[in-house]
Amino acid sequence: MSQVFTKAMARNIFYGGSVFFILLFLALTFDTIKVLPERDNRANLTEKVAHGKAVWEENNCLGCHTLLGEGAYYAPELGNVYKRFGESKEAIKAFIASRPVEGIPGRRSMPQFNLSEEDGRAG
Amino acid sequence: MLQYKSQAVAKPYFIAAIALFIGQILFGLILGLQYVMGDFLFPEIPFNVARMVHTNLLIVWLLFGFMGAAYYLVPEEAETELHSPGLAILMFWIFLIAGALTVLGYLLVPYARLAELTGNHLWPTMGREFLEQPTITKVGIVVVALAFLYNVGMTILKGRKTVVSLVLLIGLVGLAVLFLFAFYNPENLVKDKFYWWWVVHLWVEGVWELIMGAILAFVLIKLTGVDREVIEKWLYVIIAMALITGIIGTGHHYFWIGTPEYWQWWGSIFSALEPLPFFMMTVFAFNMVNRRRRNHPNKAAMLWALGTGVMAFLGAGVWGFLHTLAPVNYYTHGSQITAAHGHMAFYGAYVMIVLTIISYAMPMLRGREAANSNRSQVVEMWSFWLMTVSMVFITLFLTGAGILQVWLQRYSDDPQPFMVVQEKIELFYWMREVAGVIFLIGLVLYVISFFVGQRQPEASAKPLPAVSPAEA
Ligand code: HEM
Ligand code: HEM
Ligand SMILES: [Fe+2]
Repeated sequence: MSQVFTKAMARNIFYGGSVFFILLFLALTFDTIKVLPERDNRANLTEKVAHGKAVWEENNCLGCHTLLGEGAYYAPELGNVYKRFGESKEAIKAFIASRPVEGIPGRRSMPQFNLSEEDGRAG
Repeated sequence: MLQYKSQAVAKPYFIAAIALFIGQILFGLILGLQYVMGDFLFPEIPFNVARMVHTNLLIVWLLFGFMGAAYYLVPEEAETELHSPGLAILMFWIFLIAGALTVLGYLLVPYARLAELTGNHLWPTMGREFLEQPTITKVGIVVVALAFLYNVGMTILKGRKTVVSLVLLIGLVGLAVLFLFAFYNPENLVKDKFYWWWVVHLWVEGVWELIMGAILAFVLIKLTGVDREVIEKWLYVIIAMALITGIIGTGHHYFWIGTPEYWQWWGSIFSALEPLPFFMMTVFAFNMVNRRRRNHPNKAAMLWALGTGVMAFLGAGVWGFLHTLAPVNYYTHGSQITAAHGHMAFYGAYVMIVLTIISYAMPMLRGREAANSNRSQVVEMWSFWLMTVSMVFITLFLTGAGILQVWLQRYSDDPQPFMVVQEKIELFYWMREVAGVIFLIGLVLYVISFFVGQRQPEASAKPLPAVSPAEA
C-alpha cells in the first residue's frame, strides 16, 4: 500500500467502521425485537410449549436433527414434522415411543429416550 | 531459546491443543462411519453424542491454541515477562480438567441425565449446537477466560503496546464477551436462535478474525523481517473489513427463523462482502513473503502461514459465498452444503492459524534457536499437504452430496423424503470417510514430526541474495 494511505488512516477506518456497524446492528436488532411480537406467535407460547423446548434441549435432539434448518444433518428436519406425519400428534408420539433400544441393524436409528407421557405431550 | 522465560507457559497449551485435536478427528471418523453404517457403536455412542464430542473438542482445542498463542506472543510484543505465569498454569489445569470431565459426562451418562445432574433446569443453557456444555462448565469457561484476559491484559499494560497485541486483545475480549450470550436462552425460539448466532457467527466471522489476523501478523513479522509499520497497516485494513462486513453479515442467519424479511437484504449484501478480509489475508501473506528481508530457517511455519490464508479464503470466502445469498440459501439451508463449508472454513482459518503459531513457536519452546531440523520439517510439511488436500476432498465430497441432496429433496418436481435421499447419496459419504482417514494419517505424521530429527542440527536458511538499492 502506498505512502498516501497511512497506518493512522487504516486504524481510523477500523475503529470508525466497527463502531458505526455495531451501532447499525444494534439498531436493526432493536427493530427486530420490536416487531417480533407480530410475527412469532408468542400468544401461543404456553407453559407446555416451553416444556417442549426443554425436552428438545435436554435430550440434545439437534445433535441429529435440524430445527428451522439449524442443527445436525443426520436426521430429518423437525420444523415440518407435524405436516409430514399427517398432522397427527399421536403419530409423532407413537414414533418416538417405539424406537427400539438396540437400534435397527445396519441403519440410522433414533435412540429410545423413554420420555414420560407429560414430556411426550409437550415435546 | 525463548526471549522471555514466561513464554514457556504456552507449551502445555499447545500440547493439549494437539492432543484434543486427535480426539476431535477420531470422533469425526466415528460420525462419518455412522453416516453410512447407521448402527455403528449404537446405542453406546449415538450420533448426537459423538457429534458433541467432535465439535466441542474442536472449539476447546482452538481456545487452547489461542491462549497458547497469546501467552507466547504477548511477552515478546510487550517486551516483558508475563504478568503471572503461575496463574496461566493454574488456568491450564482448570480448563483441561473441566473439559475432560465434560467430555466424559457426554460419553458416560445420557445427555438428559447430565442435564439433570448439573441442574440445567435452574438455568437452562444446554442442548444448543456448539453450546451443549452443562451450565457449570460454561461458568468455568468464563472464569478461565477472565483470568486469562487479566493476565494478558496486565502484561500488555506494563509493557510495550503494539498493534499486534492490541488487536489480539480486542479479539480475545470480544470472544469472551460474546460468549456471555450462551447464558441467555429465552423460551421464545426465535429470540433463542437470534442471539445464539451472536456467539457462533460473531465469533467466527467477527472477533476470531481479529485473533487470526494478529497471530498471522506476528508470525509474518518474525518470518519475513518486513517492517512492522507495513504489516500493522495491513492488519488494520483486514480487521476493519472483517468487522464492517461480518457484523451486519450476521443477517445471513436471519433469513428463515421468523425475523423480519429485511434481513434477507442486509444479510445477503453484507455477507457477500465477507470473503474480502479473507482474500486480503492471502494477499497479505504472499505479499509479505515476497518482500521478505531475510530467509527464515523455519520453512514449515512459512508454509502454514501461506496456507492458512488460501484455505480460509476458499473455505470461508468461496464456500461461504456459495450459499450466502438468500435465494440460494433458501434451497441449501441446513444441508450437506452447510457441512462442507463448515469443515473447510474452520480448518482453513482457525485450525491452520493455530498450527501456524505452533509451528513457529514450538522449536523455541523446545530449546531450539529458530527452527527444527530439516528432517522434522519435511515430515511436518508432508502432514500439511496430507491434511490440507484431504480436507479439500472432504469438502468436495460433501458439496457433491449436498448438491444431490438439495436437488432430490428440495428442488426437483418430485421431492423425496430425507432418508430416501440419504441412501441415494451414500457413495459420497463413503468417499468423505476415506478422505477423513487420510486426514488422520496426516495428523499422525504431524505428531511424529515432533519426534523425528531431534538430534540433528537445526535447518539453516540461505541468505537472501544482496539486492542493489535500486531494486529494493
Ligand atoms: C477427519 C475427518 C472428519 C470427519 C469424517 C468429520 C465428520 C463430521 C460429521 C459427520 C459431522 C456431522 C455432520 C452433521 O451434522 O450431520 C461433522 C460436523 C462438524 N465437523 Fe467434522 N469431520 C472431520 C474433521 C473435521 C475437522 C478437521 C474439523 C475442523 C476443522 C471439523 C469440524 C466440524 C464442524 C464445525 C462440524 C459442525 C458442522 C455444522 O454444523 O455444519 N471436522 N464432522
Ligand atoms: C472462518 C470463518 C467461517 C467459519 C469457521 C464458518 C463456519 C460455519 C459453520 C460451522 C456453519 C454451520 C452453522 C450451523 O451449524 O448451523 C456456517 C454456516 C454458514 N456460513 Fe459460515 N463460516 C465462516 C465464514 C463464512 C463466510 C465468510 C460466509 C459468507 C460469505 C459464510 C456463510 C455461511 C452461511 C450462509 C451459513 C448458513 C448455512 C445454512 O443456511 O445452513 N460463512 N458457517
Ligand atoms: Fe455466519
